[in-house]
Amino acid sequence: MTLAPSFASTLRNTLTKDLRLEWRSKDAINSMLFFALLVVVIFSFSFDLTAEESRRIAGGLIWVALLFAAVVALNQTWARELRNQVLDAYRIAPSPLEALFFAKVLGNFIFVSVLELLITPLFIVFYNLRSIGPSYELIIVSILGNWALVVNGTFFGAISIRTRSREVMLPLLLFPISIPAILAMVSATTATLTGEGSAYLPLVFLAVYDLVFTILGLFLFQTVLQAE
Amino acid sequence: MSSKLFTAFALMTLVLLSWGLYEAMIGAPTEATMGAVQRIFYYHVPCAWVMFLCFPANFLASIAYLAKRNAAMDAFAVSTAEVGLVFCTIVLLTGPIWGKPVWGIWWTWDARLTSTLVLWLIYVSYLMLRKFSIGGPNPVLAASLAIFGCIDAVFVWGAIRWFRTQHPQPVFGGGANSGIDPRMMHAFFVNMAAFTALGILLVWLRYTLERVHQRVEEAHAMKALGGAQ
Amino acid sequence: MRFLYAAYLITWGVIIAYIITVLMGFKKVSDEMKDLEKDKRL
Repeated sequence: MTLAPSFASTLRNTLTKDLRLEWRSKDAINSMLFFALLVVVIFSFSFDLTAEESRRIAGGLIWVALLFAAVVALNQTWARELRNQVLDAYRIAPSPLEALFFAKVLGNFIFVSVLELLITPLFIVFYNLRSIGPSYELIIVSILGNWALVVNGTFFGAISIRTRSREVMLPLLLFPISIPAILAMVSATTATLTGEGSAYLPLVFLAVYDLVFTILGLFLFQTVLQAE
Repeated sequence: MSSKLFTAFALMTLVLLSWGLYEAMIGAPTEATMGAVQRIFYYHVPCAWVMFLCFPANFLASIAYLAKRNAAMDAFAVSTAEVGLVFCTIVLLTGPIWGKPVWGIWWTWDARLTSTLVLWLIYVSYLMLRKFSIGGPNPVLAASLAIFGCIDAVFVWGAIRWFRTQHPQPVFGGGANSGIDPRMMHAFFVNMAAFTALGILLVWLRYTLERVHQRVEEAHAMKALGGAQ
Repeated sequence: MRFLYAAYLITWGVIIAYIITVLMGFKKVSDEMKDLEKDKRL
């Protein structure tokens, strides 16, 4: 007689499995990195800015670049699940689906954060960026911002694999929903970089957004996964 | 069916709309500062009102559908989504047309306009999800999206309100605000009633279509099952 | 004023376009019903 696995053990197992798979399929990571690099380069030479201007605009640019890179990454992770028919296994598994969702979000979060850690120095170099405000604020923005994109991206990824033209469907669903989060992220980043205005309010907003949509995603993931 | 009631309601709506058009174009006096263009107000605001009836209705219908899995609820959900989107489109098109001659700008990223635009985007994505789902519109997925979308709209409104204050915000008043002529209020209320009736009529129409469509799909499914024997 | 007429025309244009779409949907569905009836009788 087997007992249904607990939330924590499911979370741990799924996460380690996903991370191990990511690590093994390094070609996917490499193509993702190269894509991110290309995005940064194209954005950078499209806008030729002075130091003053770049501090004002870099916030917006970097988050848009990351949004696109994240969508490519998210499509990849769900595509891999489909290839191995893991979804059907999820549906009949006795494990709590909330744990599965949380594990996927965490895995994607780590993945996208790695991407960001690689994109950001490039941006700093290309734009000769120097932050006027405290840099630790930028780290907080990154964490909250990444989570916002990833939690909704994972949820809508689960929805879009049930559609035709699924790679296009994910950004179609994700972008409108992410607009308030992006506004907050850019506002906080710009406030910190330029040293004008406070990043406090947008950060609180982002934290609330993250909380609300994580709970919503956890709540509806099972429904969405088992929709016939 | 209640087609007699429907026809009666449709006729009443037509009468109201005609009356509304008369009042808007002729009955109401021309506004002092904005001129004739201000008459767009008599259409723009009622359409916005209908949109703000339809989208929350869709939100509630989506929640109800996920709770009860009642096909009628889903029919109501798709109807309010489509009709809401129709009126949202009208609002987004007539707004700038009014704004340009009066305030000199087509657009600004204030809380109201941006929220309306995002709602439009969300409901377009809702309809696309229904259209592109494998195996026909998936009401569960659509309902989930609607819930996410409506909650998100609240965040959009807040985000712009708090984070976009660098640019001077032109104040879009509800329309003619100083010393509102009672004939203007009259025209306004007639059109409000007319467009509300039109909104109800269109949702009713679309709902009926969806219910018939659902029955046809069911019949097809039965046939497929029956044929297998 | 051109803007005024444009706004009213657009309003009615969008509404009428939608009504036509829904009516076309009704026609399509009634055709499908007829097909089903035909198949049943066979």
